[in-house]
Amino acid sequence: MTLQHDQRQSAHKTFHKTLQRPPALLVLSDGEVFEGYCGGSLLDEGGASQIVTGEIVFNTALSGYLEVATDPSYAGQVVLFTYPHIGNYGVSLDDRESEKPHCRAIVTRALPVRPSNWRSEIDFESYLKDNGVPIITGVDTRRLTRHLAAVGSLNCAIGRASESVLTQAAKQEPGTLLQDFVKDVTTPKRYMYVANSGSSKSKIAALDCGMKQSILKDLAKIGDVIVLPASTTAEEILDLGVKGLFLSNGPGDPEALGHIATTVDALVGKLPIMGICLGHQLLATALGAKTYKMAFGHHGVNHPVKRLSDNQIEITSQNHNYAVAADKLPGVSFTHINLNDNVIEGLAVEKANAISVQYHPEAAPGPHDSKYVFDRFKAMVNN
Amino acid sequence: MPKRNDISSILVIGSGPIVIGQACEFDYSGTQACRALKEEGFKVILVNSNPATIMTDPDLVDVTYIEPLSVAVVEKIIAKERPDALLPTMGGQTALNLAMDLFEAKVLEKYQVELIGASVEAISTAENREKFKAAMTEIGLEVPESGFAHSLAEAIKVGEEIGYPLIIRPSYILGGKGTGIAKNRETFIQLASEGLDASPVNEILVERSIAGWKEYELEVMRDKNDNCVVVCGIENLDPMGVHTGDSITVAPIQTLSDPEYQKMRDAAFRCIRRVGVETGGSNIQFAVNPETGDQLVIEMNPRVSRSSALASKATGFPIAKIAARLAVGYSLDEIINDITKKTPASFEPTIDYVVTKVPRWAFEKLPGTKDLLGTRMQSVGEVMSIGRTFPESLQKAMRALEKGRFGLNCDPAEAALAKFSVDQLLEKVTLATTERIFMLELLLRRGVTPEKVHEVTGIDLWFLDQINLIVEARLFLDEAAEERKIQKDKSSGPLFDGKTWKWLKQLGFSDAQIAWRFGLDEDAVRKDRLVQKVFPTYKTVDTCAAEFQAETPYYYSTFEDEDELRPATKERVIILGSGPNRIGQGIEFDYCCVHAALALKEAGYEAVMVNCNPETVSTDYDTSSRLYFEPITYEDVLSVIEKEKELGAGGLKGVIVTLGGQTPLKLAGLIPEELILGTSAHSIDLAEDRQMWAQLLAELKITQPKGALVRNLQEAEEAVLEIGFPVLVRPSYVLGGRAMEVVYEMADLRRVMAELGEAGSLGIEGGLSAQRPVLIDKFLEDAIEVDVDALRDAGGDVMIGAVLEHVEEAGVHSGDSACATPPPTLSPEVISAIENYTFQIATALSVAGPLNVQYGVKGTDVFVIEANPRASRTLPFVAKATGIAMAKIAARIIVGDSLSSLSQEGLIPKRARILNANYLDPSSPFYKGNDIAKANELKTGRGGETDFVCVKEAVLPFDRFPDVDALLGPEMRSTGEVMGIATNFPLAFYKSQIAAGNIIPNSGCVFLSLSDHDKKQGLEVALVLRGNGFSIAATEGTYEYLEKNGLTPDVLVAKLCVDETTQPRVSLASSDLPNALEMIEQGLIQLVINTPRGRGPHADGQYIRHAAQVNHIPLVTTIAAAKAAAAGLAETSLKGLDIISLQEMYALYESK
Repeated sequence: MTLQHDQRQSAHKTFHKTLQRPPALLVLSDGEVFEGYCGGSLLDEGGASQIVTGEIVFNTALSGYLEVATDPSYAGQVVLFTYPHIGNYGVSLDDRESEKPHCRAIVTRALPVRPSNWRSEIDFESYLKDNGVPIITGVDTRRLTRHLAAVGSLNCAIGRASESVLTQAAKQEPGTLLQDFVKDVTTPKRYMYVANSGSSKSKIAALDCGMKQSILKDLAKIGDVIVLPASTTAEEILDLGVKGLFLSNGPGDPEALGHIATTVDALVGKLPIMGICLGHQLLATALGAKTYKMAFGHHGVNHPVKRLSDNQIEITSQNHNYAVAADKLPGVSFTHINLNDNVIEGLAVEKANAISVQYHPEAAPGPHDSKYVFDRFKAMVNN
Repeated sequence: MPKRNDISSILVIGSGPIVIGQACEFDYSGTQACRALKEEGFKVILVNSNPATIMTDPDLVDVTYIEPLSVAVVEKIIAKERPDALLPTMGGQTALNLAMDLFEAKVLEKYQVELIGASVEAISTAENREKFKAAMTEIGLEVPESGFAHSLAEAIKVGEEIGYPLIIRPSYILGGKGTGIAKNRETFIQLASEGLDASPVNEILVERSIAGWKEYELEVMRDKNDNCVVVCGIENLDPMGVHTGDSITVAPIQTLSDPEYQKMRDAAFRCIRRVGVETGGSNIQFAVNPETGDQLVIEMNPRVSRSSALASKATGFPIAKIAARLAVGYSLDEIINDITKKTPASFEPTIDYVVTKVPRWAFEKLPGTKDLLGTRMQSVGEVMSIGRTFPESLQKAMRALEKGRFGLNCDPAEAALAKFSVDQLLEKVTLATTERIFMLELLLRRGVTPEKVHEVTGIDLWFLDQINLIVEARLFLDEAAEERKIQKDKSSGPLFDGKTWKWLKQLGFSDAQIAWRFGLDEDAVRKDRLVQKVFPTYKTVDTCAAEFQAETPYYYSTFEDEDELRPATKERVIILGSGPNRIGQGIEFDYCCVHAALALKEAGYEAVMVNCNPETVSTDYDTSSRLYFEPITYEDVLSVIEKEKELGAGGLKGVIVTLGGQTPLKLAGLIPEELILGTSAHSIDLAEDRQMWAQLLAELKITQPKGALVRNLQEAEEAVLEIGFPVLVRPSYVLGGRAMEVVYEMADLRRVMAELGEAGSLGIEGGLSAQRPVLIDKFLEDAIEVDVDALRDAGGDVMIGAVLEHVEEAGVHSGDSACATPPPTLSPEVISAIENYTFQIATALSVAGPLNVQYGVKGTDVFVIEANPRASRTLPFVAKATGIAMAKIAARIIVGDSLSSLSQEGLIPKRARILNANYLDPSSPFYKGNDIAKANELKTGRGGETDFVCVKEAVLPFDRFPDVDALLGPEMRSTGEVMGIATNFPLAFYKSQIAAGNIIPNSGCVFLSLSDHDKKQGLEVALVLRGNGFSIAATEGTYEYLEKNGLTPDVLVAKLCVDETTQPRVSLASSDLPNALEMIEQGLIQLVINTPRGRGPHADGQYIRHAAQVNHIPLVTTIAAAKAAAAGLAETSLKGLDIISLQEMYALYESK
């Protein structure tokens, strides 16, 4: 049969042959095993011995796989896409959220033969392969998702090795709990991102914990953005003479980032502050809130969030495994909640001129319902 | 702020009869909406003219009117019921237009009825293309370059400014009627005039054709707080240029990147906000330039639609139910997601499978039409299928269509394309046809690159690449089959290993396809697969891609690791649905299946539904205990049976095959005998088998028309010499009179036999008909046709549901004929004989369930034409006319209940006519065989004289197919039905005509052209019409006859001379007399009565009928209908039309 397949491959070179891919396994730290086929860097020369581990999370978006793969917040994680066909419209490099993919691996049901979209520059699998990211395809992704939704997030191992080797690897994977991934994804040096023409010339600082490009583009509508390494101190920030401070999204457990929270704490009340995702958690931590790890997090673009000020519903883009505990804090009002599970999605400190949201108002991927959050920050900065 | 308290009663308008472009999706939506409003505590008043709907079930809402959907009638309803509000968005374009008409007529104002769900301003902005275009331009959305025209001259001016190709769209139209693409001036002029004509406001939009662009649809919802969500995005496989109702469509969107999708989403929200749909759902269509990504808004529908029904089924998000709640004041976040039971409805469903919708067409039923798809919708139904990937989903859809296909080729039917060369195929696929998808597969299989196919079709490469995966597996099968043939030693070994099997199944290959390729029996292939442990796994449709636990048991099959079915708790009954709607098998059978599910759930069973038609109520996850959205094929049904057996507690009681029409019936012989509930497969066979059936009737001493069974022309000619003309010729085992014809002479017989001989014609519906011979029967000319719907329980009691007397004489297919109950003209003796025969046949066939018997009555002679031990098309009508839940009772009998126990239970009212098992035994106290004295009781079929007559009228699709002759015949062509209720037959018939859109004018000029045979009765018609002030125009023969009998017509009309050599042109007789065509075109004729004899292109009445159709002049083609219409007209002018709700009518029955 192998022979027949080979013959046809020469006849139809463009064919994608699932059966010809070497088999691969995905093993969870609780011992559940999922069969699939190799893709991405698992097909590299060294792919046979490659084992990749990480915390596995599922994302329910139907489009936006490139934005997800290149979002630094996914550092340390393996991303499972619940929609079966991933890669259909290829890769347009403009849509990347950072220079390169940050997730450790991609799990999917089916890869396309080739991309089909006028903007595509390269196919998704090649893009990942070129960047050393493995793919396991042909997986019963629904079974895997159901398992994760039932038992909560787990660590996993993917590779062509035996089940026992992979089980061992999955069990040894530390996951994200109390891990600092920000140091790996923050900018090593400060740099200036110049405002869009037409924007006011306010200068703002952005503490880069793994910031998405889309956020930077939205901030540039407010003014010049000085992007700072996450380790920048409060004094250094104050010395910049900026009109506001932005706390970016980023990977991992906020509890492991006490040093950043301390920086933020020192700046609350001194500068208008806006935080997104991890930035929201860091602001909350600085204000004295606790954070906790969720069962399996929010990863998708269809989460209903209620804006408590006027009860409007925003369909939001989300990507977080940790959340801010709902305990009351003096001077802090919770401004948004998730209607699926009542998770805190936003807060405001009126006196200190600080706001933050857990979801992603910059979208990319996802709906544009919440862009107004940037306008609020702009108003705070220009006030 | 949740529900509004300032309104308490709501009028809901249904969509009327099933027509092309408006099918049972509106019964699904309307039923959901009515239920939701009832649950919210509103008094719901419903009007719909279609009796075969679930929404018109008397227990669904408070007050149900089965009345014509006209302003006059609805005004009467409003005056009587005084609803606070009117919800116009659930009944398709019909309801929306009617609501606008009521507004224009100031009826809403007069009775202070508030429109909810959509405002007049929103409806007119969305529906009026000029206004819509202006509105979109205002918010910065691009629409195709275009202009409006109200006359042909204006159209030409606009057209020439834009340049060809041009698309012509009439304003305020349904399903793209009158829409077309013109590549040159000549076609443009033709289409523009047709379009101006089709538009009720004589307005067309002429726009730049964007054929070849990619087409998308978004289903959007908005609540009163301005929260907007997209429920589902749909991508059309066929590019722009094919009506979306005729396109293969896929959910979710496959080839848009996230920024492109979000841009479309933003545009959709801007659109719904600007149009001003404040609450509810809308469908917004977009075109995308595949080269540049440019997006244009094509149109928006401010109501639930065919696409919203599809989106609901595709995602599990019940759009209509939620839209109804939004209309009465709720916001999205106040409504709980039915499926998760935890999360709110204010979210956007996400799915983890691929949904494919494929339309089903009926070109084979409409000779003279071209299989060519375009901007006007022609399909009569659709299937939806769910797979984890597109190839799997597509192949499932192909076998679900019931066109005798096993999948995307790899079956016997693929031979039809084998004769074409690659070049011919490349030429053919440039046009969209029903066969194009199969040609794509063949082209790719012949080695043509996807790029090349993309170049000539414009179909996105992604789809072609996916089809190529199916091709790849097919080529593998070809090689493996060849290899197996050569290596004899291998021929007993397993076909494939488990991995290969799974690969094939994941690409959607059916066992039947593989069996065909290997020349094996399907059961052997199935066994081979099971040995390799490759089973379907059932996954849940849950709106959220498994993020939350789903509570709703809505499943589809795929071939993966995990099965999600939960253990059952009760005994289970599987109900096989009726598959895609088509002519001959429509909503009536879905109605029966839905009732079965409801009745069995009430009786304590788990009702398990298998069906693949997204338009239906049966595929609403609320209807059954468990829904399998699956093709109704041997393999798929057997898999469900095996799975249901494994679900533990209670076990599987069996399968119901007699309620879903021909689709499940074809499987009866294949499903394990012990699992068939009710009437046995043997009895079903007995009724179908010509010889066994004739023998049975002979034993029962029941007469039937002389007939014979023939296999070739010679036998046919011999048989006809014996039987005598006219004869009825038909293949066996068909529903809806496929390929039936009345033949008056030898030449016609030869033609018909030649047509039947073609494998394609007979084999097209698959199943047994291909192997069965042809039936020739004596045609009972001038006989009255009668239908009886009865139910028999296993103990032998028989309930006569109703005796239905047809208006048209025998020879017109029963599905196309109007019929009335109680029978207006049958004598008590005849009815008694009919009841006796029905009882005897039911007993002889050991029926346990529904039975339909058709009779021909000539004088006092009663002939049995045929008997079908299954639910009939008329069962819903009978249920509505009598107030007896026929289908529910049928389902209970099928699972073993008796009529007497159901009477005790209260499911059967006392007035029902039940014949005891000993009905014909003279020694029994229940003997009633000769009790003619009880004639009146017998006559009604309800055990008492009633004040009401109900008429069912068929609705025909001829206005959509101008090239098809509008004559009725033994081949069924109607798509739907309406019902008229009144205190006597003429009034009820007249109402049914209004409801069917065949509005008989009450004055003007009637044109009469009658066959000799009909002239005598024609005189009566002419007298009545003249008495009502009509002037009469007639052709020579008719003129002379009328004149001779004392009624001189006002106008003598010249006979048409049809020049056979210049067809289809008609050359007119050189005469000074006016001719019919000119008179019709000049608007001098208001009613056409044309009753020809025989069929065929030489019948010159065809041109007159065509002219009447094109000019929207009411047309009557049988003398029986003409008589009824004239009588109705006379009655109406005397008494006027009255309305009555079903609840009032049944209360009157009950009180007698």
